[in-house]
Amino acid sequence: MAVEIKVPTLGESVVEATVAKWFKQPGDAIALDEPLVELETDKVTVEVNASSAGALASISVPEGTDVEVGALLGTIDETAVGATPAAPAPAAAKPAAAAPAPAAPAPTPVAAITRAVATAPALTAPTPVPAGAAPGGAIPLSPAVRKLVDDNDLDRALITATGKDGRITKGDVLAAIATGSAKRRAPVAAAPAGPGPAYTPSSDLPPRPDDPREQRVRITKLRKIISTRLKQAQNTAAMLTTWNEVDMGNAMDLRAQYKEAFEKKHGVRLGFMSFFVRAACIALKEWPSVNAEIYGEELIYKNFYNIGVAVGTPQGLVVPVLKDADEMRFVDIEGTISDFGRRARDGKLSMDEMSGGTFTISNGGVFGSLNSMPILNVPQSAILGMHKIQKRPMAIGNEVVIRPMMHLALSYDHRIIDGREAVSFLVRMKDLIEDPQRIMLDV
Amino acid sequence: MSDAYDLVIIGGGPAGYVGAIRAAQLGLKTAIIDKRGALGGTCLNVGCIPSKALLQSSHHYEVATKEFAHHGIKASGLSVDLKAMLGRKEKVVEDLTKGIEFLMKKNKIDYLAGSGEITAPGEVTVKPNTKGAKKQTLKTANIMIATGSEVTPLPGVTIDESQIVSSTGALSLPKIPKTMAVIGAGVIGLELGSVWRRLGAEVTVIEFLDVALPGMDGEISKTMQRVLKKQGLNFKMKTKVTGAKKLKTGVTLTMEPRDGGNAETLKADVVLVSIGRRPVTDGLGLDKQGVGVDERGFVPVDEDYQTNVEGIYAVGDVIGGAMLAHKAEDEAVVCVEIIAGQTGHVDYGTIPGIVYTHPEVASVGKTEEQLKEAGIDYTIGKFPFSANSRARSNADSDGFVKILADKTTDAILGCHIIGPSAGDLIQEIVVAMELSASAEDVARICHGHPGLSEAVKEAALGAGGRAIHI
Repeated sequence: MAVEIKVPTLGESVVEATVAKWFKQPGDAIALDEPLVELETDKVTVEVNASSAGALASISVPEGTDVEVGALLGTIDETAVGATPAAPAPAAAKPAAAAPAPAAPAPTPVAAITRAVATAPALTAPTPVPAGAAPGGAIPLSPAVRKLVDDNDLDRALITATGKDGRITKGDVLAAIATGSAKRRAPVAAAPAGPGPAYTPSSDLPPRPDDPREQRVRITKLRKIISTRLKQAQNTAAMLTTWNEVDMGNAMDLRAQYKEAFEKKHGVRLGFMSFFVRAACIALKEWPSVNAEIYGEELIYKNFYNIGVAVGTPQGLVVPVLKDADEMRFVDIEGTISDFGRRARDGKLSMDEMSGGTFTISNGGVFGSLNSMPILNVPQSAILGMHKIQKRPMAIGNEVVIRPMMHLALSYDHRIIDGREAVSFLVRMKDLIEDPQRIMLDV
Repeated sequence: MSDAYDLVIIGGGPAGYVGAIRAAQLGLKTAIIDKRGALGGTCLNVGCIPSKALLQSSHHYEVATKEFAHHGIKASGLSVDLKAMLGRKEKVVEDLTKGIEFLMKKNKIDYLAGSGEITAPGEVTVKPNTKGAKKQTLKTANIMIATGSEVTPLPGVTIDESQIVSSTGALSLPKIPKTMAVIGAGVIGLELGSVWRRLGAEVTVIEFLDVALPGMDGEISKTMQRVLKKQGLNFKMKTKVTGAKKLKTGVTLTMEPRDGGNAETLKADVVLVSIGRRPVTDGLGLDKQGVGVDERGFVPVDEDYQTNVEGIYAVGDVIGGAMLAHKAEDEAVVCVEIIAGQTGHVDYGTIPGIVYTHPEVASVGKTEEQLKEAGIDYTIGKFPFSANSRARSNADSDGFVKILADKTTDAILGCHIIGPSAGDLIQEIVVAMELSASAEDVARICHGHPGLSEAVKEAALGAGGRAIHI
């Protein structure tokens, strides 16, 4: 019996992935749960594991191909002999006795390197689709409509549907093209009527001779998606940044006073992130537009507070999300973040854990940044940048005092957030951090 | 030759010539190479078209001899002028192939009659058909292989195209055989078997499997076999042909039951071998260029129809899948659009398949057997042509329409028709499926009366348990 290997559900809003690497070749023996193929998505890299033991019978989709959720990747022949070690063996699988046995590749090291994919904090933008929204979103496109949408790289969610039962008609797409209202990114140039595979744009460039002092590295699909996201944020949002500074003295005193007791009781170190996350939740509740999103012609206000927190890994930064952070205790927040950090380093974060954020906090201070302007994590409307705590002479009353200061930056989408709201939000954050007791009392 | 092409297509069948025209429309400088000496490929020269010409002619004869009386028309002294019949067929083919040559000229596509071989990346060498003519080397950015397929031989039954024929020979038999054996109850076997049966041959169809039209919906296969049997076609199912002995007066086939039993023989004037087709890749130079071929000879391609070698594409029968001209054409169009920088996609779930017997058989989407195996819950809407007023008026009411819809969503999953004009009726469901319509959608769309398509509407109603006329 052939068992089908299919693209698994990749988590919220992820419908497409690229086949990055096959760990097995047809004929190779496969143990249960052994990684077979690696898929890249715009969020993370995931491995598809064997749902049964046997031998890899066929590969339907070669590396580098885009696949949709549910698509057939290949098949496993369950009946292949000698290939039934049910244990999720950490070692490489033994080749099937009957198979001609090419050297079985050891999947694990490769997987370890590529699983947690480096993404800048502001980039792993989930695109949550509000329940019940997106009329016509699930209705398949007709052939002509599908081609027009693909050819022009349109976002179907932005096309006004006039067809029966909310279907997008060809006329709807033509209208959207004419008004430019549904562009996903910069419009694709008209099909070049010239020679050559026109979909490899680098071939349009004049040849660049190899230089031994230069290293040429092909841009990964993931990096391209990241670039698209960055440009999407810059192209669509009216983005600007407001700045403030916060005196960390009280928070540092509080931390110093209870650090040991906290760690002793909870087994978790008390950091500053919990202060900022809780303060952000309070400020977000007071300034709901900062927690909102623009969706087509609507504003979506979210009455939940999922805070994305940048976590450093050797491969780069990932942004796991603290779900319902407003209901989390300090210890929960610190514990979850340290767990995220550990698992991010091992590449064990799941897609769900990196989806669904409503607001993001990025801490450039850990690298020593004194001042950076964060870029939006679309479709979120604002992002907070924390920075290094630096002792600075401050005027307090009429005296100059040395205080531990931190700059705060809030980048926001001016289309949805007014200047007054953004500034007030940041001032509120400042007030809460400077007097942490207010966080406890929510005043 | 210094002027380079954007696209060189090897093979002038439905995939090749349609792809060439689309390429020209998109502004690509295109050449098409074909060694047959006439464009149109198997389909036009020795396949779909000539067989349809003979099916139509032989159907007229059958109607005149067997059904006129029922309509109150008296005719006597009817006979077949085979030479004229074959002549008409030749003329149809000739006119159509000329038409394609004209289309090549109109679209400024260079047509080279000869064998094409890929001799280097971006280079195709053409050995012209004309003797003594020099080889030509074409430089091109892209190559599309569209070389199609050929008849699969049967070991022990060697085709000589006179006594033991392939579909090609069966389209040009010099005289009507008294007896004919057809090996394989697939589309070609049943169509050509019907032609010669109608013209007077005693035809026996031998099939290894236990159903005619294997792969079709089981109910359709069964009905097809029953109807053809009623028309006078003999069937020997679950039977394996083991050898053939040619005699002066005919061929003796030796056969044995598939599941064991005594061997037997069958003598026939002519034997038609129609057990399938295999891809053609000989002489293309695939080996030297490193183009991969699978164990059955097909050329695997990615979703852009590109082979494992960049710049070399393949479409149609040669890449496997359903060996149908319309599937090949659609692949060629999409492939060329992708080469030109556009996007494209063929929906393999909605490719219709048609058998041009009488009654016709047409099918799209999943069969009932496939749904059962996939564990999908479905509803069935079935409507017989005997309850359709137009079919009754025509005295042509064998068969039925069967629509399979998803039990939960009512989405149409498959449609299978046996009956008059089934091949044209199916197209409504192909469109509906491409647009993700439900069975109720089709049922709620107005159908002209009295029309055969009302049977489709009634079957769609039936999927919701509310057919009107039955």
